[in-house]
Amino acid sequence: MIIEAREVSRSYGSTPALREANLSVAAGEVVAIMGPSGSGKSTLLHCLAGIFTPDSGEVWFDGRRLDTLDDGRRSELRRTAFGFVFQFGQLVPELTAADNVMLPLLLGRTRRKHAERRAAEWLERLELADLGGRRTGELSGGQAQRVAIARALVTRPRVVFADEPTGALDTLTGEHVMDLLVGLAREEGATVIVVTHDARVAACADREVVVRDGRVFDPYTSGALR
Amino acid sequence: MTVPLALLGLLEREPSHGYDLKRDYDAFFGRGRPLPFGQVYSTLGRLARDGKVTGQSEPGDGPDRKRYAITPLGRQEVATWLAEPVAAEPYLQTVLFTKVVLALMLGRDAAGYLDAQRATHMRRMRELTEVKRGGPLTDALLADHAMFHLEADLRWIDVTQARLGALAEMVRAS
Repeated sequence: MIIEAREVSRSYGSTPALREANLSVAAGEVVAIMGPSGSGKSTLLHCLAGIFTPDSGEVWFDGRRLDTLDDGRRSELRRTAFGFVFQFGQLVPELTAADNVMLPLLLGRTRRKHAERRAAEWLERLELADLGGRRTGELSGGQAQRVAIARALVTRPRVVFADEPTGALDTLTGEHVMDLLVGLAREEGATVIVVTHDARVAACADREVVVRDGRVFDPYTSGALR
Repeated sequence: MTVPLALLGLLEREPSHGYDLKRDYDAFFGRGRPLPFGQVYSTLGRLARDGKVTGQSEPGDGPDRKRYAITPLGRQEVATWLAEPVAAEPYLQTVLFTKVVLALMLGRDAAGYLDAQRATHMRRMRELTEVKRGGPLTDALLADHAMFHLEADLRWIDVTQARLGALAEMVRAS
């Protein structure tokens, strides 16, 4: 398994969001996390990605505990091994598409020339070769999400976390964005964990799990995952 | 029901032989269920009897072949059918609904049934997603139609799952 949540619980104040949630994802797998609003699916994603630390339970990445790492180490892991695509707000609107894609490389101290070349390659793979110089605030929703995918994949992450990546897009644009995200992640051998309430998005995954009341269920056996 | 009208529509495009009509029907509308030759010719026979097509024999070396053409009456029928919206069926008494209510009435695992149904729907969604990836636009659009219906069912399953407790109380109280 590349990433695992073991008996993870997490509360917001006195409100429990996750209750002993379990999930194991194999390397290269594309898994959809579904469930109603407030069920805990985004909290699970944030715990797996090391953005939140669980109140109890363990998160494992590639054979080592993630939840016990200090903030700095978790932050470094997120920058080097993980990629993120969220519904809104992950791009810097004042920067160009190319600058946004380069950002994680520059933060990782990649030389600027090399970062520029890598960003250009990724923008081309995302069918955005002509828009590299455009500010992301001027792009359409679908174009902006493709820039976000380029930015998520440019560091060659082991795992891509996507939270409602097509939530703000129409059906056709969303479909195109998902095809690119899943297709390119597979080409790169990356694992994808996508939170969605949209069955079309989930149908692009290898399998789906359902979060209800903070627990993770396998819909094929109807049992809570152990 | 739509086979005679689809054949009429194809004939409105251009006069055609039975063999070519079957080929075009299968290509556009067959979706893995080709129209039997017998059904093509029996349908054309009925349409000719009702004055919606005419069949002109074309003698040649092979068996006697007929070239079919649409009549003004047939053209009118196609126009009327195309302009008439398909009934927006409310599906108020679906098998899904009946099973859930009965499961609750009988004290069985309605939530488990809904999970199993969700899994079956998702499996089909995945198959249709593959059809869309590899197939021509006609296949993709048909797959889309099926997927939107499955999505509607899935949303209903989610809403019902969230209200199962209240529904159980109501069903058991009545």
